[in-house]
Amino acid sequence: MRHKGKALAAAMAAGVLILAAGCSGNDSGNEAGSGPGGLSVPKIDKMATLGTGEGTVNVIAWAGYVEDGSTDPKVDWVSDFEKETGCKVNSKVAGTSDEMVSLMKTGEYDVVSASGDASLRLIYGGDVAPVNTDLIPNYKDVFEGLKNKQWNSVDGQPYGVPHGRGANLLMYRTDVVKPAPTSWAAVFDANSPYQGKITAYDSPIYIADAALYLMTTQPDLGIKNPYALDDTQFKAATDLLTAQNKMIGEYWSDYTKEVQAFKAGNSVLGTTWQVITNLAQADKAPVEAFLPNEGATGWSDTWMISSKSKHPNCAYMWMNHIISPKSNAAVAEWFGEAPANKLACQQTADKNFCATYHADDEAYYQKVWYWTTPIAQCLDGRTNVTCKDYSAWTQAWTTIKG
Amino acid sequence: MRSFLHRHPGVRLAGLLSAPLLWLVVAYLGALAVLLVSAFWAVNTFTGEVVREFSLQNFRTILTEDVYRNVTLRSVGVAAAVTVICVVLAVPMALYMAKVASPRSRHWLVIAILTPLWASYLVKAYAWRVLLANGGPVDWLLGGPGRGPGYGLFATIIVLSYLWLPYMILPIYAGLERLPDSLLEASADLGARGSRTFRAIVLPILVPSIFAGSIFTFSLSLGDYITVQIVGGKTQLIGNLVYANIGAANNLPFAAALAVIPVLIMVIYLVAVRRSGALEEL
Repeated sequence: MRHKGKALAAAMAAGVLILAAGCSGNDSGNEAGSGPGGLSVPKIDKMATLGTGEGTVNVIAWAGYVEDGSTDPKVDWVSDFEKETGCKVNSKVAGTSDEMVSLMKTGEYDVVSASGDASLRLIYGGDVAPVNTDLIPNYKDVFEGLKNKQWNSVDGQPYGVPHGRGANLLMYRTDVVKPAPTSWAAVFDANSPYQGKITAYDSPIYIADAALYLMTTQPDLGIKNPYALDDTQFKAATDLLTAQNKMIGEYWSDYTKEVQAFKAGNSVLGTTWQVITNLAQADKAPVEAFLPNEGATGWSDTWMISSKSKHPNCAYMWMNHIISPKSNAAVAEWFGEAPANKLACQQTADKNFCATYHADDEAYYQKVWYWTTPIAQCLDGRTNVTCKDYSAWTQAWTTIKG
Repeated sequence: MRSFLHRHPGVRLAGLLSAPLLWLVVAYLGALAVLLVSAFWAVNTFTGEVVREFSLQNFRTILTEDVYRNVTLRSVGVAAAVTVICVVLAVPMALYMAKVASPRSRHWLVIAILTPLWASYLVKAYAWRVLLANGGPVDWLLGGPGRGPGYGLFATIIVLSYLWLPYMILPIYAGLERLPDSLLEASADLGARGSRTFRAIVLPILVPSIFAGSIFTFSLSLGDYITVQIVGGKTQLIGNLVYANIGAANNLPFAAALAVIPVLIMVIYLVAVRRSGALEEL
């Protein structure tokens, strides 16, 4: 018994030590700033001059953004980069923006292809550094419509280089789903004949897809922006998704799982990215994807550099390479999105590619709601109500899935 | 030095035990302590930075929202079902291995039980995803596409039972192997029938072994989140909620609060097992 008591005392002492260590430090960043909710941007210096490469660069990217020929020998914009710069590319595919934010917080990665619902969180969290665009020669060729936007810059200071943009599409099995759907109603129909074979994106941000659908089907809710939802609007969206849950076979965030599910026929209808459709079609699955008539949620991605980057020179070289006309065209065609570099439009294999994807068509992208982090200050400018913030979205998403 | 240690057995013992004790206290209990402490913190909802201020909000959310109770009950149900299936399959197999099979084939049977453990967990789970796919082998055996169970709760239970079965067979086999054949013979010589021998001789050895195995299968199932992601369809278990709160929501404090649930369940389970006297038999 005596020994047991001693061990317990030692354990408690260790616990107290850990507590003390945990409580000290980190009391910065309380002064009001220009960001949402009075947040200020942590002061981080941008790189002044470009040095020689460190031999490696660790990349977090969406599936299909970093291809070295291992998926398809013809799809490769990494090997040349490695040869030219001597920077070996280690890439990690993330399935959701939330995963990207958590991964960036580890400090193990140098660059990330962040969407709008991750970029601001990374900037205000001090996880990414401002970017010196003078060190990125290809930046001058990026469409002006993508530069210095609310999701990739703060007070005129760019925090990354635009990569490209696109819309979340609706994919279906052409041999099963007849007639072909035209609207998001297909996935929200409570009496769908495809019960148990519908799929949806497994992230709280998917609530915005329901809100977008409600914008056209229930205009009296007054939703102006699917990322700015007050209590009533939010409840309508989550109710719609709770009803949809009965129709869902499985949710996806791993793109390989979705390809396999559509190929086998476990899923026949649901949200997708163009690249997933391409992979499924390459696998001989009879699927099609399209932009439904309500418009869609989408993304405008930005390559950002970690504030804790151990390979900043290789990171800058990567950011310059990935938006070079040739690479940007290759990524855009492979992933199925509009490129960011205007010169990329001459490099695509399909000469009409930029027209098909509306690369320079700002009016088209008015219909696409880029992923944005919902915050308590309504993003649509309303000041008389508070909106549900992302943590409320996250908890609601758990509840929806049941 | 040697004579000093010889004269001071206390120092000798301390030197010998300090490394494992350090491991136990710092790495093992320390990690649990950090988990418990961070469960009372919160995160800044926008930047995701941990705010180190004491609050009971996480636990209040878990206790008041229905979804967490449902998921907890579902997880315990899955763990219990997996354990029961493993017991039903493992007892006859272990009995055969320990008492019926010839020593030569016993060797091979043990190897056969262990072989699946050499393959990666993920490979086995994905193999089951293919087996259970629409129009896959299981559907085909049951008469065509869509006839099988498909992905969902049932598939999760099957695959977890498959994965953890060796952890149930081995303790039962080890327990039965300790049972001398002479005891069984003596029982028969004294006129006991098969059922009486089973009750009086085999069962007292069997029960503690089953409890030992059940600790493995129950706790492994309770914490699992990968199998259910692969074959579980839209099913959520506690593990998924923890994973979603760390991976997706980046809310470590809330994940820590959720992780306290399986810890409590396991503590209750272990206390119950201890009450039954099974732990002394291990």
